[in-house]
Amino acid sequence: MAGSTHASVTADGIAAVTAAPSVRPVTPGFEAWRRFRRHRLAVAGAVVLALMVLTVAIGPTIWRVPINAIDFSAQVAGPSLAHPLGTDSLGQDLLARMLYGGRISIAVGLVAMAVAVIFGTLIGAVAGVAPGPVDAGLMWLTDLFLSLPQLPFLLLIIYLFRHSLTAIVGEQLGIFILICIVIGGFQWMPVARLVRAQILSLREKEFVEAARALGASTSRQVVRHILPNALGPVIVAGTIYVAQAIIAESTLDFLGLGFPPDVPTWGRILYDGQNYLDIAPHWALFSGGAIFVTVLAINFVGDGLRDALDPRKVI
Amino acid sequence: MTRYLIRRLLIAVPSLLGISLVLYVILALAPGDPFSALASNPSIPPAVAEALRRKFGLDDPIMLRYWHWLIAMLHGDWGYSFDSRVDVDVLIMQRLPTTLYIIGSSQILALLVALPVGIYAALRPYSLFDQIASTFAFIGFSLPTFFTGLVLILIFSIQLHWLPFVYRTNITATGWAGVWAHIAQAIMPVLVLGLFQGGSWTRFVRASVLDVVHLDYVTTARSKGLAERTVVGRHIVRTALIPVVTVVALQLPFVFGGAIVTEQIFRVPGIGSLLISAILANDTPVIMAITFVFACLVILFNLIADILYGWLDPRISYR
Repeated sequence: MAGSTHASVTADGIAAVTAAPSVRPVTPGFEAWRRFRRHRLAVAGAVVLALMVLTVAIGPTIWRVPINAIDFSAQVAGPSLAHPLGTDSLGQDLLARMLYGGRISIAVGLVAMAVAVIFGTLIGAVAGVAPGPVDAGLMWLTDLFLSLPQLPFLLLIIYLFRHSLTAIVGEQLGIFILICIVIGGFQWMPVARLVRAQILSLREKEFVEAARALGASTSRQVVRHILPNALGPVIVAGTIYVAQAIIAESTLDFLGLGFPPDVPTWGRILYDGQNYLDIAPHWALFSGGAIFVTVLAINFVGDGLRDALDPRKVI
Repeated sequence: MTRYLIRRLLIAVPSLLGISLVLYVILALAPGDPFSALASNPSIPPAVAEALRRKFGLDDPIMLRYWHWLIAMLHGDWGYSFDSRVDVDVLIMQRLPTTLYIIGSSQILALLVALPVGIYAALRPYSLFDQIASTFAFIGFSLPTFFTGLVLILIFSIQLHWLPFVYRTNITATGWAGVWAHIAQAIMPVLVLGLFQGGSWTRFVRASVLDVVHLDYVTTARSKGLAERTVVGRHIVRTALIPVVTVVALQLPFVFGGAIVTEQIFRVPGIGSLLISAILANDTPVIMAITFVFACLVILFNLIADILYGWLDPRISYR
């Protein structure tokens, strides 16, 4: 191999020798981080998001007020030292409930995103390598799902299936699984299109041809050589999915059709608080604000990642 | 043009069939059926329940049942609401105009915000105006509609007492007072939906215009000595709008989601709030019909987007 590409090897060798002492090798991850840092709002979003995740992760171990401790002496009380975020109509501590709800919201966001990305990648990869009719059929399915009105279908499916699933694995876990699968099941389409487009354009490139010539199977070509190139856009889409899934889950709770009433998710707290807007605005504002700040932070991170992971974009 | 329209309509038919099939399969996979309540009712002997099942064809194979359902839908026989005791199509026709009025006004508001702001920001990229507009657009589409709605109620209804927060259909005031009452109660729902959409569209308009402004034909138009407003209005915007039309049509499913939430917050008597009350009342025929109506509306607007394409982009031929 060295003999056939003599000139370029020597040229590269000289460049490597002269450059090596002064310049550190730039890994793709380091380069992405350098570009991500340029987007100030994205960095701010990442910090806010990290704080949020940290708070809901370790918060309940520090703030040990139970989420369902009823205190009739402090009903719909505003923020105070005993209850930093106030209380609801039963005198339950809102901070403890919000910390608990945050865990659910973020978990739903992450799991639903994973469902959507895995399913979308699978469909897109199969459509990309499969023969014509399968490809056309899968793409027709993708377009069909894109034109389904999502919220009505979400409501319909959860309404129809919640009782049978909760009967099998218990109420809270059942509705969690159902919500994650259904939300993810309505988000996979853009990823599928993206992956398919990458496969169609990359499978004619030389490096894939080289892999093919070396005898790599179709699945190895796709998994080892093509999919890593689609990683950037998929990561960006996945980030946005987390935000969308959190909004979708809160919407279901807000409509009273999500988690059971005794599970204090952010959407559920907002749903309960909306009837007390006039006397206890903190109730709705804190829970709604938490959803908004989380979603905004994730969206900013997604925007920053879009800039950082797009090699064509010059910053 | 007529032939193109007919062809496009024919292409929409398989999509509608596909959606109706998905809808029907979901319903058929769901556990329980309309007669499961009879099975647990001790005063109805099993033989009667069995006879009823056979009479209504519940034991037929699923494809046959889908076929019967489809034929009935096409005949306008949309079923009977268990909860309201009226035909479903009557119920939906009562509610649909309100929904279309709210959604339509909010989309117009969104366009009125997104087009000028997006174009102006793109013509002066990275200026102060652009940065402020982009940040607000970002916040606008990150705000969940249910939160915006509650904040608006808190500000304009509870603190300022300017606007009513319950949508009423039985307004008795006449003359200007009546007109104002009708407008005032629609302001907040339209604002909530419109600003959410406006935020995301502003970003698309800006990106789309930014893609076009540096193309050669724009430079040509300028060097011909055309006035700046002609260059922007007739050359830049018209081209930049083509991808925007796609986005507007593709986002419609989300708009309906927002409309359901908004109708629920402000108690607007549209089909969105009808859907929620039908779900809470286990009123299956109404749920099915509304979901299908939403799907039909999405397909209809995709069709309109396709036709707009032809008008905006002469490169797309009407054959």
